[in-house]
Amino acid sequence: MIEKVLEAEGLVKRFQGVEAVRGVNLSVAAGEAVALIGPNGAGKTTCFNMIGGQLKPDAGCARLEGADVTGMTPRRLWRRGVGRTFQITAAFASMTVRENVQLALNAKAGRVGRVFGRMSAAFRAEADAVLDRVGMRFEADRPCAILAYGDLKRIELAIALAGSPKLLLMDEPTAGMAPGERVQLMALAASLAKRDGIAVLFTEHDMDVVFAHADRIIVLDRGSVLAEGPPDKIKADPIVRAVYLGAGLASGTVR
Amino acid sequence: MTALTPDTLLIQALNGLASASSLFLVAAGLSIIFGVTRVVNFAHGSLYMLGAYIGWSLTRHLASFGAFGFWGGVFGAALLVGIIGVLIEMLILRRLRRAPELYPLLATFGVVLIVQDVTLAVWGPEDLLGPRAPGLTGFVTIFASRFPVYELFLIAVGPLLLTALWLLFRRTRFGLLVRAATQDREMVAALGVDERRLFSSVFFLGAALAGLGGALQLPREAVNLNMDVSVVVEAFVVVVVGGLGSLFGAYIAAVLVGIIQAFGILFLPKVTLVLIFLVMGVVLAVRPYGLFGRVAASERQRSPAGDRVLRPLSVTARVLFGFTILVIASMPLFAGDYAIGLIAELLILAVFAASLHFLMGLGGMASFGHAAFFGIGAYGAALALKVLQWPMAACLLAAPFAAALAGLLAGWLCVRLSGVYLAMLSLAVAQIAWAASFQWVEVTGGDNGLLGVWPAASVASRGAFLLLTLVVTVATLAALRVAAFSPFGYAFRAARDAPRRAEASGIDVRATQWAGFVIAAGFAGIAGGLYAFAKGSVFPTYLAIDKSVDGLIMVLLGGIGSLTGPIVGAFAFGGLEAELMASVAFWRAILGFVILALVLVAPSGIMGLFGTWFRKARNPALPA
Repeated sequence: MIEKVLEAEGLVKRFQGVEAVRGVNLSVAAGEAVALIGPNGAGKTTCFNMIGGQLKPDAGCARLEGADVTGMTPRRLWRRGVGRTFQITAAFASMTVRENVQLALNAKAGRVGRVFGRMSAAFRAEADAVLDRVGMRFEADRPCAILAYGDLKRIELAIALAGSPKLLLMDEPTAGMAPGERVQLMALAASLAKRDGIAVLFTEHDMDVVFAHADRIIVLDRGSVLAEGPPDKIKADPIVRAVYLGAGLASGTVR
Repeated sequence: MTALTPDTLLIQALNGLASASSLFLVAAGLSIIFGVTRVVNFAHGSLYMLGAYIGWSLTRHLASFGAFGFWGGVFGAALLVGIIGVLIEMLILRRLRRAPELYPLLATFGVVLIVQDVTLAVWGPEDLLGPRAPGLTGFVTIFASRFPVYELFLIAVGPLLLTALWLLFRRTRFGLLVRAATQDREMVAALGVDERRLFSSVFFLGAALAGLGGALQLPREAVNLNMDVSVVVEAFVVVVVGGLGSLFGAYIAAVLVGIIQAFGILFLPKVTLVLIFLVMGVVLAVRPYGLFGRVAASERQRSPAGDRVLRPLSVTARVLFGFTILVIASMPLFAGDYAIGLIAELLILAVFAASLHFLMGLGGMASFGHAAFFGIGAYGAALALKVLQWPMAACLLAAPFAAALAGLLAGWLCVRLSGVYLAMLSLAVAQIAWAASFQWVEVTGGDNGLLGVWPAASVASRGAFLLLTLVVTVATLAALRVAAFSPFGYAFRAARDAPRRAEASGIDVRATQWAGFVIAAGFAGIAGGLYAFAKGSVFPTYLAIDKSVDGLIMVLLGGIGSLTGPIVGAFAFGGLEAELMASVAFWRAILGFVILALVLVAPSGIMGLFGTWFRKARNPALPA
């Protein structure tokens, strides 16, 4: 059995009495891309935020490489090797593309408390190397504020990668992108994950993206795991089809 | 002190309730306007003052009509002030709709200055005694004390207007729009509501309420030229303590403030000034969105600095800076005492503005109380000299140390908030410091200040002091530049640009902002220390709200998007103010018009304007 990077057991979250997530178990191995899908309100984002440290679970635990990380802040998780991208893309708009990545690298090296020395001199080559991996090297000197949305998504990925994560959490990584760009971005993320042995957990609405790039799919419905398995099995699962995929599968996209 | 019998307590409580009503009217208008338009209307106190003055004139002209004349005058004043409010919205604020929220604020401060001088020109500098309200001139006896009927009437006005406004907002289409826009104005605009009409009518309502509040004060107190700023600061407190957008909260907070003031005078006359702001600080520390406030459903944060990338100085800029430094350094050879003194003062202002810019331009934290650290630096230096008998150099070092220490405390409170709430909490903290300097007479000398803070013999001449100031200024500004380009500087901006992203990339957002706050405070302290020696004295006015607003104006005027902006802004604003004050009677109005013109013509500040021209001239294809 491959060693699991992330293991979550019995995650529960209640919002004012409503159980948004009721006892979810999931795991992701190194180099594996796992998609978390389900209809709106199924608890995807809540699950995600519990693992990413934005929310504290009411019960259950999350383990990173065997160590309990339940309820840790995003910052401490990051230090332990959890990178993430956000549904509403957030990069540092007042900086250039390279500076965005340089800052993440400086943070990784514990240098962000320094008030002396130019940041632009530190980790320049390393930043360019990361930008190379996401295909953004040629835009390194452009301000982030004027980038196209798809490029911004890549920058976010680059910032996450700069922390050399073991686990990459991507919340709706392709939301708001053009269909062609979506597959491209996810293909990029998946190939980087395979090559560097990063465990990837992502939520996604675009079924093309999911079926093309997920090694394994977890279907959530009303806070519980409805089904789990490789794409082919999920595609064929009658319960999943009834609850979620429905007729929309014919067009390949379920919204 | 009065004997504490049950009836004195009751009378004080009633007094508190009576003053709460007018405060509520002003605060309600402020809150409605902010809720819908997101404009922090600093001129709201001016509208209140205008209401009082216009009411004074109208009631005098209509005096022969008896009760009808008085009430006609009061409501006429409210109506006229409402129209003035609409004019302010249409002529000025409408044009700033897309600007970051600090620019409308700056514009309304321009309006404050203009209204002050217009009022002075029309009604003169003397306090004016208003008429008494016909039919309400008597007294009632409560226990053994006489209590004016008019005060009882005022007590009733608050809840009555609260009910009327509640009905207006719950039962009419206009009210529905106002509530919807308060929750999510972008959605309201997307639904096809005419924003212009909504904004204008909201300004009319808000301004009329302020005008009514002012006119209703006529039988209570003399009309004077200082009514504007004092009431607007209190109204801010009320709105923030009650919770932005909550009228009920505003009323409760107004009552709270009124009662605290009434009893403060009775029990703790020495700390009344501190008391309100202390309450505000405690409320915001415990409930960051006020007693009845909620987090706005969709607060799309717009950074005041925009998304400008910081670039190192160009060769041209370096040459210009070098040249300027040389000119200033050689001033003692050719310039007169006045010019030398003025330039030294402007240099100090540049340090102050640059420290505020560090906080708000890079950190995105607009402080309304930054002068506190300037003043604490000044007092720190002065006390080190007068009490500890330290040499001047040590005093200049003590200044930033004292200010940074205060910043450590204030920052701990302030960095938990953002936006308007942060601005208001920083104002509260600064007012506490100001009140302390004012009322702690044993240490600070109170209103008389600390005198005889003269520089050491070696820099006693104006020329030598200018050189010292120049050296400190250049070193300070350079240090701030270095910090801005350091990893910390980037992390500080990252915390502003995208706090969640920063936190998920290993940056401790709160610690970073706290550290930035302390640094900004310390640098303001350096300016304060120098200023103490430049002036030879320290007064509570150094910490006053005007000084903080001066700082904001300098930063915004210069342009918040570049590190050079605050320096240019300080020279432009400080120089203009000094020149105007020395030569023109109505300098406030002129300054106000200059501010308005700059905000309307160059919303990205002087440097933004230059930058656009410069880039366009060199390369028309570049985006501005």
